Amino acid sequence: MTCEYNLYDPSWCPGCGNFMIRKALKQALEELEIPPHMAVVVTGIGQAAKMPHYIGTNGFNGLHGRALPPAIGIKLSNKELTVIAESGDGDTYGEGGNHFIHTIRRNVNIAHFVHDNQIYGLTKGQGSPTTAMGQVTTLQFDGVKIEPVKPLALSLTMGAGFVARGFSGDVPQLVELMKEAIQYKGYAHLDIFQPCVVWNKVNTFQWYKDRVYKLPEDYDYTDFNAAYEKSLEFGDKIPTGILYKVEKETYEDRFQFIKDGPPLVDAELNPMDAEKLLKDFY
Amino acid sequence: MNYSILIGGAAGQGMDTLAQLLTKSLKRYGYFVFKHSDYMSRVRGGHNFIQIRFSDRQVYTYEEKVDIIYALNQETIELHLGRLKKDGIVLADRALSDDEGLLLLELEETAKEAGNSRAMTSVGMGAIIRLLGLKPEEALKVIETTLKDSIVEVNKEAFSKGYEMVEPRFKVEQLEEGRILIDGNTAVALGAAAAGCRYYCGYPMTPSTTVLSNMEKWSQELGIFTEQVEDEIAALNMALGASYAGVRAMTGSSGGGIALMSEALSLAGIIETPIVIINVQRPGPATGLPTRTEQADLRFAIHSGHGEFPRMVISLRSAEDAFYQTARAFNLTEKYQIPVILLSDQYLADGEITVEPFDFSSIDIERNLHEGELPEGRYKRYLLTDTGISPRIIPGKIEGKVILLDSDEHDEYGNITESASVRKSMVDKRSKKGELLEGEIQEPWIIGEEQPDNLLVCWGSLFGPVKEAVQLLQEEGFSVGALAYGDIYPFPTKLLKKGASSAKKIIDIENNSMAQLDGLMREFALIKSDEKILKYDGRAFGVDELYNRLKEVVE
Repeated sequence: MTCEYNLYDPSWCPGCGNFMIRKALKQALEELEIPPHMAVVVTGIGQAAKMPHYIGTNGFNGLHGRALPPAIGIKLSNKELTVIAESGDGDTYGEGGNHFIHTIRRNVNIAHFVHDNQIYGLTKGQGSPTTAMGQVTTLQFDGVKIEPVKPLALSLTMGAGFVARGFSGDVPQLVELMKEAIQYKGYAHLDIFQPCVVWNKVNTFQWYKDRVYKLPEDYDYTDFNAAYEKSLEFGDKIPTGILYKVEKETYEDRFQFIKDGPPLVDAELNPMDAEKLLKDFY
Repeated sequence: MNYSILIGGAAGQGMDTLAQLLTKSLKRYGYFVFKHSDYMSRVRGGHNFIQIRFSDRQVYTYEEKVDIIYALNQETIELHLGRLKKDGIVLADRALSDDEGLLLLELEETAKEAGNSRAMTSVGMGAIIRLLGLKPEEALKVIETTLKDSIVEVNKEAFSKGYEMVEPRFKVEQLEEGRILIDGNTAVALGAAAAGCRYYCGYPMTPSTTVLSNMEKWSQELGIFTEQVEDEIAALNMALGASYAGVRAMTGSSGGGIALMSEALSLAGIIETPIVIINVQRPGPATGLPTRTEQADLRFAIHSGHGEFPRMVISLRSAEDAFYQTARAFNLTEKYQIPVILLSDQYLADGEITVEPFDFSSIDIERNLHEGELPEGRYKRYLLTDTGISPRIIPGKIEGKVILLDSDEHDEYGNITESASVRKSMVDKRSKKGELLEGEIQEPWIIGEEQPDNLLVCWGSLFGPVKEAVQLLQEEGFSVGALAYGDIYPFPTKLLKKGASSAKKIIDIENNSMAQLDGLMREFALIKSDEKILKYDGRAFGVDELYNRLKEVVE
């Protein structure tokens, strides 16, 4: 079985962090030996969300803000598929904020890669939910006036069992984080810093490079309080790596017929199976 | 024969259980029963009433005039006394009135003697069964099998005491039985279960919630994944994910929730992924009248979702129709890869009715998934074909084949494109499916004469009241017939054109204020109605009310 992923010609701007994220994604899937027909990338709308057009996985490029609901529907219907939801910071934390919160509560076994460039790219440079206070954008002419979301702190406090941060400028680390997230049994949140070379002149490649540092070897990622503290570290130094990882029961395992049975998609459908329900109505 | 019983009181007085026991009992005595609940949108207090109508022939709706009123509070007497038929009876506890024209009994006192004042409604039920001249055995059996073990004995005792308190006032014969008693939402859920639906998610919204709760109830037994999700936006997007993965999926709501699904409905259109959506209508706009009924979302069902894409809209006419059409919807959505919208309403959804048991063996499951060889190379999810329908496969089943969907305009592979020529060919491809679908639509049901002088038209749940009204008018010698639309978009025109060619008068009957069906007739058949009988007070048509309004206009 071949586990090689084809790449197709993207329309991203030269120097875009998405190239490195795609490179890491290809390498992670290939090293995990997941054949392309068993992997699904589900996205919303935005530059990041074009991913399934540029790598040869199954792809569901849906609506803005709505990457997570179809990803859940797919995973619950066929638990044998590797399901990755992937989108930008605006898509995930803004338009799709409600789904983000409730997906964490469910803990479905999917990996969630958020391309976080702290700006809107596709719509040309407006502030995103992670744009810093005061930052001048193409729409917030005198600066952003609302607090940015803290994505990792948010997912931690909502009960996510896997919370991590990567950087498109460090592909080897990103590959490892993606592999960990995909292999984690449950909802895995990986926020990935990426520079937007055209629209974000503040959070540049150099800006990230100067600030990110890898969590030390002896960091205990099962310690919630330590993870929470790290999730709020967002100044001169910003930690990358796995902030938090613990075992949790998945949503699908709470359904006996999904846990112990064949994937729902393989069920033999027979109308007569439902006939017994009629007895309650005589 | 034809009798109606009205039970009225405040929420929390035990009316529901009483009505359930009484309805079930009357069904067991062999009658056709229709139970209609009139609820306010509140959990305690308010004025609620339930009407149970029964007959030796099929009944579809309630009557304005009733034979027995069982009043659990004074308000019921005040509000409904004027609706009593000649020789009708008002039954109430002695404490509620001193009007000697009423049948006042020591109901609560008797219940206490039987062991619990809460069993008062069973005393009343015993009295009603006796008033009707029926034997007590069937009703006692229903009490025994329906109530919790701990309260069966006291309620049986209360029933028997109530039974002894009165003498028969009516004489109704016991009939043969074997039918089921079911409401429209449950029939929809059964249809979905029969069709192999394995994914149903939704967000609670009256009056659609019981579709979700029924699916939830059967989830473990049948292996159907069900979930109360965060919002209706999630519901439809999630169901589309499930459908893409290859299971039969469905979602539903009432108007407000369906409005939130509009964007994802449009998504279903462009990604050509099968989905069944039920809209159990209630009066709008916005929150409207949450617990009441209306047929005002017909245009909304046809036009919601931005952009142009084919869809099918089926209005459900009765509990039986709800079962069979829901099952059919799953085949249509997979055959044409278009969204199929079912339209029900609160009156149909909550009204309980006796019908012949559903025939599960008549349900065919046709997946229309592509089987057999595929061409070498990348799979084209949107392969251009003569019919517009592309061979559909599901992910994870064929090595080397991946499936790409895109909400952007896309090429045959599903890749985003802005090519003018590809755009045009994809629009044409989707439109072709709509044209093909027109060959599939079912003409409306004909009630009464096919070429009458007075041609009535209606859609969805109005089938029942119209059918009864047509029967009454025919018995009086009027030349009358009706077309009751089920499939309503694409709009079937054959029978309408035929009927209209010889009718002296076309009368449109709808539960809305803008005569939306009349609009479709003008748009697609260039035919307009001469008279309109519209009702938009949030209530369904009673049979006598509809009959009276028709009498004013038929020739």
